[in-house]
Amino acid sequence: MTTLPQSTNRKLGLVIDLDTCVGCHACVISCKGWNTENYGAPLSDTDAYGSDPSGTFLNRVHSYEVQPTQGEAQLIHFPKSCLHCEDAPCVTVCPTGASYKRVEDGIVLVNESDCIGCGLCAWACPYGAREMDAVEKVMKKCTLCVDRIYNENLPEVDREPACVRTCPAGARHFGDFADPDSHVSKLTAERGGMDLMPEQGTKPVNKYLPPRPKDTLSESAGDIDILAPYLEPVAQEAKGFLGWLDKTLEKL
Amino acid sequence: MHPAPSVIFFTVFSGIGFGLLTFLGLGYPGVMGWTAFAFFAIAYVCAVGGLMSSTFHLGHPERALKAFTQWRSSWLSREGWCAVIALLVMAVYGMGLVFFGERWTILGLIGSVFSVLTVFTTSMIYTQLKTIPRWNSTATPAMFLSYAFAGGALLAGQITLAMALLAIAAVVQVFLWAQGDGALAGSGTSMATATGLGNIGSVRAFEPPHTGTNYLLKEFAYVVGRKHSQKLRIISIVLMAVLPIALLAASFSHMLALLAVISHVAGALVSRWLFFAEAEHVVGLYYGKR
Repeated sequence: MTTLPQSTNRKLGLVIDLDTCVGCHACVISCKGWNTENYGAPLSDTDAYGSDPSGTFLNRVHSYEVQPTQGEAQLIHFPKSCLHCEDAPCVTVCPTGASYKRVEDGIVLVNESDCIGCGLCAWACPYGAREMDAVEKVMKKCTLCVDRIYNENLPEVDREPACVRTCPAGARHFGDFADPDSHVSKLTAERGGMDLMPEQGTKPVNKYLPPRPKDTLSESAGDIDILAPYLEPVAQEAKGFLGWLDKTLEKL
Repeated sequence: MHPAPSVIFFTVFSGIGFGLLTFLGLGYPGVMGWTAFAFFAIAYVCAVGGLMSSTFHLGHPERALKAFTQWRSSWLSREGWCAVIALLVMAVYGMGLVFFGERWTILGLIGSVFSVLTVFTTSMIYTQLKTIPRWNSTATPAMFLSYAFAGGALLAGQITLAMALLAIAAVVQVFLWAQGDGALAGSGTSMATATGLGNIGSVRAFEPPHTGTNYLLKEFAYVVGRKHSQKLRIISIVLMAVLPIALLAASFSHMLALLAVISHVAGALVSRWLFFAEAEHVVGLYYGKR
């Protein structure tokens, strides 16, 4: 049913730490790998080795340059996947009931055998979290690795989304936002976790932790090492033949 | 937005077809017998042809019947219901006119109401999308309805009414363009809110997530043709409204009326192409495309 549940028992989702992400794209690759080999239609690639390669991904990493009014520009890597919104506009627009939000854990899923591939849910999503598969012609989206997190055939340590499991920097965290004592709820509270495009009214479950303020160098605070003066360039002015050549060329 | 030909044909022709059915249901023109058959045939070719065309952009058209299940929440599903009810009711009403020489007024009225509702529900599919600020406006259903009424009146041969409705459609269209040009900026969604990094400084897309293209860029970041949009707007208004009004005002003949219809349809197709091609989806912000 494409009407949204009034509330969900749990709110499973991700915390993504923009301060820690190094932009390695490992989450992109592990997501593609797991979701091609497991639940649902595989994520296709078209013209993969040709001149115009394109493919379906459920998770993509952008990079942004942010220029403050004063100081140096910052480079921020920005992973983006489905935010499993509480007020998911992609669900209500679906004409067939293929898109739904689960009451038990709040995961937004697509029943691929009901999807007619009209694409309206992708139009309704402001985050670009849904992609129509060019080969299967059905809508693909992040399942929060629903086939991992409850999978008792996997060792307990692996029962989290592939992107979280693989992140070498620890920039991704998985948990239940409905529980105020959960790891993700605490992280969000401590670090000021934020919503993307809050004005769209989607109430995303996934939270982004903003980059921490940059360190600033100040000489008065003694941040400059006492040995720094010895690192000054030794040769200040050219002497001898090179010095003469320099002066002569200057005069010309 | 990617201007898919199937959706452009669908919205233009089903709009005109259901517009004509609206007038036929109300008894304008009050035709009977084979003349009525001809009018209903034109209306059904446009409306059903348009609906068929819309299925061409589906990934799995064989599952299209499932789209009737979610009328409680989905405008697309409601559109399906309204279209089927309108076409069935008008078919019975039309049979009365053609084969029995009877005008079942109540049926015609119900058919007209559902024909209007079909055009309205179509427009709401676009209007409901907050992600496309240009469409997220009450002027969008006004535009779709004014086009359907104008095209319907034109095909129904209601000359004076058609001239007035064409002028109204032109005014609504110009208003929608003017309002739409500032819609994204006025929506409050920007790269700053998309990334949440706006409070640090000005945000610039440094590197996209992929070197090639993808579904999102093809579907939502369509930019070709924007540089000609002003010229195309003038062409579409002239073809859609100005020329048909002039032809109708000149003197009535079937040849001129046919030219007016052709001109109107051509203008409506250009306008609908612009409706999609000019629409800016907010996901483009993540790619620095706006």
